[in-house]
Amino acid sequence: MAQTHRSVAPLLDIELIELDRAACCGAGVIAEHNSVLDAILKVKADTDGSIGVRCSCQQGICGSCGVRMNGKPGLACNTHLDEAARRGAGTGWNPPDEGQQQETVVTVEPMGNMPVIRDLIVDMDAVHWRKIHRVTPWLINKEPIPEREYIVPHDNMVDVTQTMACIQCGACVSDCLSMEVDPEFIGPAALSKAYRFVGDPRDAEHHERLKDLSEDEHGIYDCTHCFNCIDACPKGVDPMSQIMRLRRVAGSDFDIEDRNNGHRHERAFVKNIRKNGLLHEADLLPDSYGGKLDPHALPELLGSLPTIATALARRKITPKTALLHTHKAPKEVKALFDEVDGRETRNELNLYVTGYEDDPVHPPHTDEPTPLEPPGPTEAKDDRSEQTVGAADREPPAETSAPTVGAEDVPRAGAEDQEPPTSEEQE
Amino acid sequence: MKVAYWPGCVSRGFTPELHGSMSKVAPLLDIELIELDRAACCGAGVIAEHNQELADTLNARTFALAQRTDGELMMNICSTCQGAQSECQERLDANSDYREQINTNLGNEGLRYEKGITNKNFLWLLVEEIGLDALRERVTRPLTDLRVGPFYGCYIVRPVDRLGIDEQHPRDRYLHMLIEALGGTVVDYAGVYKCCGFPIITMNKEASLAQAGRHIGDALDAEADCLVVPCPLCHLNLDLQQPAAASVVGHELGLPVLHLPQLVGLALGLSPKELGMGKHIVRPTSVIDWSTSVVASAA
Ligand code: SF4
Ligand code: SF4
Ligand code: FES
Repeated sequence: MAQTHRSVAPLLDIELIELDRAACCGAGVIAEHNSVLDAILKVKADTDGSIGVRCSCQQGICGSCGVRMNGKPGLACNTHLDEAARRGAGTGWNPPDEGQQQETVVTVEPMGNMPVIRDLIVDMDAVHWRKIHRVTPWLINKEPIPEREYIVPHDNMVDVTQTMACIQCGACVSDCLSMEVDPEFIGPAALSKAYRFVGDPRDAEHHERLKDLSEDEHGIYDCTHCFNCIDACPKGVDPMSQIMRLRRVAGSDFDIEDRNNGHRHERAFVKNIRKNGLLHEADLLPDSYGGKLDPHALPELLGSLPTIATALARRKITPKTALLHTHKAPKEVKALFDEVDGRETRNELNLYVTGYEDDPVHPPHTDEPTPLEPPGPTEAKDDRSEQTVGAADREPPAETSAPTVGAEDVPRAGAEDQEPPTSEEQE
Repeated sequence: MKVAYWPGCVSRGFTPELHGSMSKVAPLLDIELIELDRAACCGAGVIAEHNQELADTLNARTFALAQRTDGELMMNICSTCQGAQSECQERLDANSDYREQINTNLGNEGLRYEKGITNKNFLWLLVEEIGLDALRERVTRPLTDLRVGPFYGCYIVRPVDRLGIDEQHPRDRYLHMLIEALGGTVVDYAGVYKCCGFPIITMNKEASLAQAGRHIGDALDAEADCLVVPCPLCHLNLDLQQPAAASVVGHELGLPVLHLPQLVGLALGLSPKELGMGKHIVRPTSVIDWSTSVVASAA
């Protein structure tokens, strides 16, 4: 993407803002607490009306104003200028450009990983929306459809609310590091959307969805766990955590074997630590490909031979470290594996659902849903003392979400599956 | 200072020079390492991906073992351990019922984790506990004219909230600050904060090595003499796999990659050989040449 720093001029409080295209703005009403979008629109109004930028709500709702500010993706309308300026100065993951002064300059660029249509406008259809469509982004009802609402355990619903908070801005897609090298990777936004249905007990096709996303070489096992999408997302969706949930459900609940060795690698790793306490790399590699004797493993292992030969020659590894298990797990570690991993249901703490004790910013989630009518006496109420989220509710054969008359646990229809935002494209 | 020391797995497995160089460097900085040799792997995110409670239990066990020592805090030498353990600690510290449950798991062994352990990567400890000024005073062989590219590794820079990165603790600038304090020249290049690709090496080798290859190439273009990494898993992809990465990206590479304690050790006067650099796949020729020329000019 073009990144030219051309004519700039001081604004009122913040000194200057650089845009991708020429931008020169006299003293105006722009102050540091204004948003980056305010500044862009001001420059557009005063200086260069041709600047292309997409925006609509200006309130962090529609998701149309995603841009990179000092190298970090986000919404231009809900990022203050002073915050954007600081981002590049060491408290973000991108350093300031050479010669760029800290805290006074905000460089605005179009988002990455998507073709630029013009200036700050990227082609969301070509990448983001295509990927969203890839994951069957709608609920496939379990049959029979109840006469009235489905009832869903409260914690399950709160859990998927996190992914429903997505406003489809593309900020996570912009800076996804796997997508940077593999443009076909389904990516953070679309995989979060997939979890929205895999985590929903009303959906009938959990297994099919997971099988599909595990088998795809650009699916859930193509995420490199880089955390970029977590920091990018303005809505706290935590896309990477949703991808890890998809992997956990696919591997541990459904035991789905995939051609990418995703589940095999996870199993091999766990087995390896149970046995050795510490990772024994020499076993992990063949086991991740299915074991030393597996036909899949052979080509991979042969391919690694030159590397291993050099490592041996440099005494990085010795035949002893490569072949023998010099470290054995203490029996207490084995016992923990057997006890915790042997439980009927996995026990998970979802901080999005439970909140943080002693933290006023993220207090525990307490707002009880208000039932429209009091639930019938025979109805099982979801057990709130239990922190397990979902595992039991989406176990393949288990059917815990009996359709029944309604509590308001069911979210407002349509809140999540919005159409592409209708946005003003100001050109 | 005394620290409960968690070396991790890979530093004693496929990158033995990391643990080796750390134990050489520690006494030069008056750090006493109490090794947690009964602790188990942090899970590297993979165990959590399999079973979160299991990962949390294993790390709570490591924390509990550390809390039993008389170390001032716990120290690790692996970005991945830092990230995986911070994630578990966030859950353990956020919810007392959950913590109790995990402590029940540890009960058989008579262990118990108390909320709020301080667990710092060697990098954080250098800047925040020892201090760069104190470090500067101990430098006997400044890294003058050595052009070093920092490579942080994802787990130690993201997510910023969980890792406590803010203006008071610009932990995502510490490698930059450290290289300068040791007298070296920081080389900024596109890959500083990117991913080495290691986590998907068995799942999508091509995409994994394309990442490693690209960052090494960018650092070479920026004329770095070497990279420095605080993470042995990054080292595996950037050094051990560098020849394979070169064939994926289709051009020659050949950039030495140093572990963090090796870089510090060089400035404290240890030789490349003592620091185990002979074990690297990419021969750190540029670094060895640099150190010989420094020694020669001093003579
Ligand atoms: S964590 Fe995974 S999905 Fe998120 S940005 Fe990194 S590679 Fe992409
Ligand atoms: S997950 Fe977050 S960053 Fe990604 S598209 Fe949705 S709101 Fe934007
Ligand atoms: S204009 Fe920024 S989200 Fe709508």
